[in-house]
Amino acid sequence: MRTVRFITWLSVLLALALTASAQDTAEETALERGKAVYDEWCIICHGENDPASGGGTAALEFLYQGALPAKLEDRSDMTPELITELVRRGRFGMPNFRLTEISEQQLDDMIAYLRRDSGDVGDANDSGD
Amino acid sequence: MAVPTGVSEQDWAAALEGFSAVVGSEWVFTEEEHTSLYHDVYSIYQGEPEDPVVPAAVAPYTAEEVQQCVRIANQYKIPIYPISTGKNLGYGGSAPVYSGSLVLDLKRMDRILNVDVEKATVLVEPGVTFYDIVDHFERNNIPLTLDMPDPAWGSLIGNALERGMGHTYSQHGRDRWSGHCGMEVVLPTGDMIRTGPGASGSDVLWQDQKYGIGPDVHGIFTQSNYGVITKMGFWIRPAHEGFRHARVHVPRFDDIHKLVALDTRLHNMEICNGMSVMASPLYGSFGPMLFMPPVTDPEHLALLEVRNGERPDPGPLAAYGERNRLAFWWLELKFHGPNSVTQAQWDYAKDLFSREIPGCWFEEYEPLEFPLSEEVKANLNTYGHVEMVNIGIPSLHRFAMSMRNQFNPEPGVGHFWFAPMIPKTGEQILLAQEVLQKNCERLGIPLLAPYYSMMPLMWYPRAGIFLAGWNVHADPERNRRTREQYVELSQICADHGWTEYRAPAPLHDQIMRMSNGFNDHALLRFHETLKDAIDPNGILSAGRYGIWPQHLREEGQG
Repeated sequence: MRTVRFITWLSVLLALALTASAQDTAEETALERGKAVYDEWCIICHGENDPASGGGTAALEFLYQGALPAKLEDRSDMTPELITELVRRGRFGMPNFRLTEISEQQLDDMIAYLRRDSGDVGDANDSGD
Repeated sequence: MAVPTGVSEQDWAAALEGFSAVVGSEWVFTEEEHTSLYHDVYSIYQGEPEDPVVPAAVAPYTAEEVQQCVRIANQYKIPIYPISTGKNLGYGGSAPVYSGSLVLDLKRMDRILNVDVEKATVLVEPGVTFYDIVDHFERNNIPLTLDMPDPAWGSLIGNALERGMGHTYSQHGRDRWSGHCGMEVVLPTGDMIRTGPGASGSDVLWQDQKYGIGPDVHGIFTQSNYGVITKMGFWIRPAHEGFRHARVHVPRFDDIHKLVALDTRLHNMEICNGMSVMASPLYGSFGPMLFMPPVTDPEHLALLEVRNGERPDPGPLAAYGERNRLAFWWLELKFHGPNSVTQAQWDYAKDLFSREIPGCWFEEYEPLEFPLSEEVKANLNTYGHVEMVNIGIPSLHRFAMSMRNQFNPEPGVGHFWFAPMIPKTGEQILLAQEVLQKNCERLGIPLLAPYYSMMPLMWYPRAGIFLAGWNVHADPERNRRTREQYVELSQICADHGWTEYRAPAPLHDQIMRMSNGFNDHALLRFHETLKDAIDPNGILSAGRYGIWPQHLREEGQG
């Protein structure tokens, strides 16, 4: 009986470990996918404030005057709603992006990536399959 | 669910079923939260009833799917509006001209179908961007280059069809349309044609030779009134070997005439093959793209005051220039090619200017050797160095000019372009500066700097464009005034023969009519005749550049 109980507990622990590991992997994958979307569509304006940039980081630097990080990847305060609004509606010369450019799943992944330091991973565990 | 203009609900339901069967229901967008993404975020009708509405969008993946979608639209007489990447910002973006049109979104068709390294040609689909193709070359070590537009995120095909411009070679370069070779087009009836030698059914000459047998029809497909382009070939260039740029400074006001004439001569001789730039240090030309800071010397500033729209007196300015070694005008010449060759070209140019313009002097920059060193790359787009667009490197550097910055501290929600074309002569440049300055003052058009400090962009070999970005705002009243100012200033320019290079979509009618007045708008009537013949149901791009199908002609032009 004791042996059975031990095996049961072992199975539960193993299952929990596997679940946690699967979640970690799914989360990591979502973040990687989110970064890839960000790199493809956003970084040309919102990456380093370099001379090839479309000026997003420079514009935010000018606007915030140091009150907030100008690089979006350095921020953890942007809500999913705000990110969605900016991507889908654009703002101050930044154009919006359609579903044929950034799909809903890609947007979710990117939100997870931009909020990776917020303490709330939101839907990042969604594998997107 | 919204229904396209003029379509019954029953027909719309049948058409939607048909579109879904062709492209898959996930690529048929009918919900407002998705269709609203096709709204032009730069619209000059922000929040007004005239702002075009998109009831649905369909995104095919292949040319055959485009054909089937167009056939369905033609069957049910659904107005459709094709877009490539939808980045025609400032000219309408992804929104139709005729409100209630279904958008045919070709972004998913993003295949680079062929690259011929030896002949330097490519064949692409509409969704391929400039970034995509350069990335493809880099990843596959393909030694080719192509001309870059200001923002590189747009479509090659879209840019060519809109007759967009770049910044490098005169031939098959910065005039994107001039570099096209071979098209595949889906006509509004759903029929498909290939042009040039591709019409034979063989593609062995399709990207090598523009002309086949019969009339050359390519031009009618620009601006998307008569067909949906599903493939297009381009002539591009072997990878850069060298780049040289240098400035010719001239001391006198009247030197502008010779300076411009010699630039044209050098281009017509193909000695100069890059895009020239002009500026006037004495009239205070400035800006990041010229790599020139604004004037700060109080003595100089006092000489630049514009009174009643009149040009500041050139005499005292020339004297100031002589004391401070400042040119009245400079011309920057650009040469693409091996440095040994461009050295000879530049030497010839220097001799010519020295003979023809006494007192001119030269400013030479270190020529670039390709591949570029990391040090050179790090300095591109910075003061005193080369702009990426001048050497075929994709960037959004120029797009950044419209973002919030020290010169644009309160940006609008978007922008559009006022861009009259003028003949490339000193006399016409000076006249255009005066006309534009005086009328901007009269109409209350805000200017970043007086027109006397601005010079036309010399994209074309024989014409210039006085390009100026105008902000769009969230306030409808402000936008209404801006539209009136734009139309009035465009009309004044058209009266001088300086018609617009392109125009924001909602103002196509006015611009079309003022640009084609000869013989009571005979050219527009010819376009309409073609429209009625090629697109009998009038489904494609209704109203684009003022060309309306018969059943909407009165309403559209009204």
